[in-house]
Amino acid sequence: MKIVVLIKQTPDTAELPNISAEEAQSGDIRATMVINPWDEYAAEEAIDLCDRFDGDAIAITMGTPDSTDALKHALAMGVGDAMLVDSSGLGEMDLSVAAEALAAAIKEEGNVDLVLTGKQSVDGNSSALFAGIACKLGYPLLSNVSKVVDIADGVITVERIVDGGQETVTAPLPAVVSVGKEINDPRYPSFMGIRKANRKKIPTISVADLGVSASPKVQWTNIRKPEARHTEVVIIEGETVQEKAAKLADALLAEKVI
Amino acid sequence: MSVLVWIEQTEGGAVPSCWELAGKGRELADALGVSLDAVVMGAETAQTAAAAQSYGFDKVYAITDPVLADYRLTAYAVGLQKAVEASGASVVLASATIGGREVTAYVACQLDAGLAPDAVDLRIEDGKLVATRAVYSNNILTDVIFNSDIQVASARPRSFPIPEPGAAGGEVIALDLGLGEDDIPEKVIDVKVSDSGEVSLTDASIIVSGGRGVAADPVKGFELVTALADVLGAAVGASRAAVDADYIPYKHQVGQTGKTVKPDLYIAAGISGAIQHLAGMGGSKIIVAINKDPDAPIFERANYGIVGDLFEVLPALTDAFKERLS
Ligand SMILES: Cc1cc2nc3c(=O)[nH]c(=O)nc-3n(C[C@H](O)[C@H](O)[C@H](O)COP(=O)(O)OP(=O)(O)OC[C@H]3O[C@@H](n4cnc5c(N)ncnc54)[C@H](O)[C@@H]3O)c2cc1C
Ligand SMILES: Nc1ncnc2c1ncn2[C@@H]1O[C@H](COP(=O)(O)O)[C@@H](O)[C@H]1O
Repeated sequence: MKIVVLIKQTPDTAELPNISAEEAQSGDIRATMVINPWDEYAAEEAIDLCDRFDGDAIAITMGTPDSTDALKHALAMGVGDAMLVDSSGLGEMDLSVAAEALAAAIKEEGNVDLVLTGKQSVDGNSSALFAGIACKLGYPLLSNVSKVVDIADGVITVERIVDGGQETVTAPLPAVVSVGKEINDPRYPSFMGIRKANRKKIPTISVADLGVSASPKVQWTNIRKPEARHTEVVIIEGETVQEKAAKLADALLAEKVI
Repeated sequence: MSVLVWIEQTEGGAVPSCWELAGKGRELADALGVSLDAVVMGAETAQTAAAAQSYGFDKVYAITDPVLADYRLTAYAVGLQKAVEASGASVVLASATIGGREVTAYVACQLDAGLAPDAVDLRIEDGKLVATRAVYSNNILTDVIFNSDIQVASARPRSFPIPEPGAAGGEVIALDLGLGEDDIPEKVIDVKVSDSGEVSLTDASIIVSGGRGVAADPVKGFELVTALADVLGAAVGASRAAVDADYIPYKHQVGQTGKTVKPDLYIAAGISGAIQHLAGMGGSKIIVAINKDPDAPIFERANYGIVGDLFEVLPALTDAFKERLS
């Protein structure tokens, strides 16, 4: 079985609040870049599934050449191979371009049975790419998967979290699966894993080589920071807890939020 | 031409946040001078279609088919696409639920249309849709403009007010899905409804959340959080620390790697206010912090605070509201 796991390199979440409108506009983000936290679950699952069902996994990232750190993280965790889809010079990227380029890369890989993705990127926040890729490849999508129950006879059985509950679903392979954080506990890369990953050469293919030309259907404009919330906290004082609670309850009723 | 809204159904009827798009959709349709249409899909659709009429949609497309009994992307995407064709939609909207987000993404790709996922505002400028999105985990706002004829967006729940329903209006038009069971690769073999009766976090107008501050007695702590939530008709939230410590399931997690919420009132008990938590609830109208540490960062974002032990403050607050709300 061959598994592609899609990994994005994104800013360290602790530094997201410091990202300026200018950085977001130019795409030249000065934050520390790491593997998208959601994608660690996808990488872990790829490794687990390779063990469970005798497969090979390859991690693919689309981004500029310095996006290989995220791939190295996946390699260090234990994903077997990695590939960079170089999107430099492509300019603006939207769902249609990203889905087309990554779908082309997956086709180029050949004989892929399963495409694993995270649930959302912490920068783009779209939760859309997996649906776009499923559409472009014509594969079924099982999103928000919390457990891969079985893979047998070309059919995958999963549990997925849906609004208001949980369901068990099957789909024929090849399929796209986006994973939720319920699915596993991602391992930390071992020292040996890191050394191995650092020595590994990561092949690169450019978006142009894949025959994809950019014609984004949307564009970002008027990029700005949200207005800072200017709150002056009112600390409720009182002799007893009961008195404080009563004052707070009255204040909230007066705010008309209850 | 039209603005088309997917009114998503679950077991219990229409997903409430979809009705926000009856109001906002009307604004957009008026600005474009086109009709406002709805599509409802399911094994049964009569009730939701009637509800959509009462929310003032000009036309309600109803796709009723046993293969739509369970949500499956393949089938629902085909259904939405049929409705887009039938209504000649140039703007296609859904609520940004799990299903709403993926169906809109899939259909946008299929139609070569632009997509604005999880939009927090929508408007028309120069005859085109402009969607505002919060990206970089709510740390950057951007307007999204479209280069495509068809413009697709999902809207973050609680972004727009729900209008008052009125007298039944427009007509209901039946559409054929045209799929058989064999055309749909996904097979749902078991469904467990876990939250019947529970207020959903993303729809909630009030949320009471607990954090690691309950550690001294986590079971008791979340009982107290839940008791206050029950009096207020609120949903129960949690910090990641509380979820990671297994005090409460992940679906309650608020924050960057949990749910983004936007209630009128957010009460944080025993939560320090880490940026990743703030990223998910910073848009709340009124924030209340209960924390025994007066220097906890949550107080910098809160409107009201009580410095104290949540094991004492929560029951006192529950009692105070019981008295006032009965
Ligand atoms: C990639 C990444 C993603 C993350 N995503 C999220 C996310 O989605 N959501 C999230 O919440 N966090 C997230 N975090 C974690 C976040 O950084 C914090 O660790 C977490 O929010 C802390 O939870 P807490 O406030 O409950 O715990 P703590 O920070 O330990 O705070 C506990 C608070 O309780 C107070 N307290 C203790 N006892 C009492 C008492 N008896 N009465 C009253 N107050 C008391 C303490 O003074 C303290 O302020 C993420 C972190 C990373 C790195
Ligand atoms: N540039 C990228 N390269 C590889 N995978 C990506 C990229 N962008 C997004 N993904 C994958 O798609 C998932 C959803 O991302 P998004 O739609 O941006 O929220 C992520 O969790 C990744 O698994």
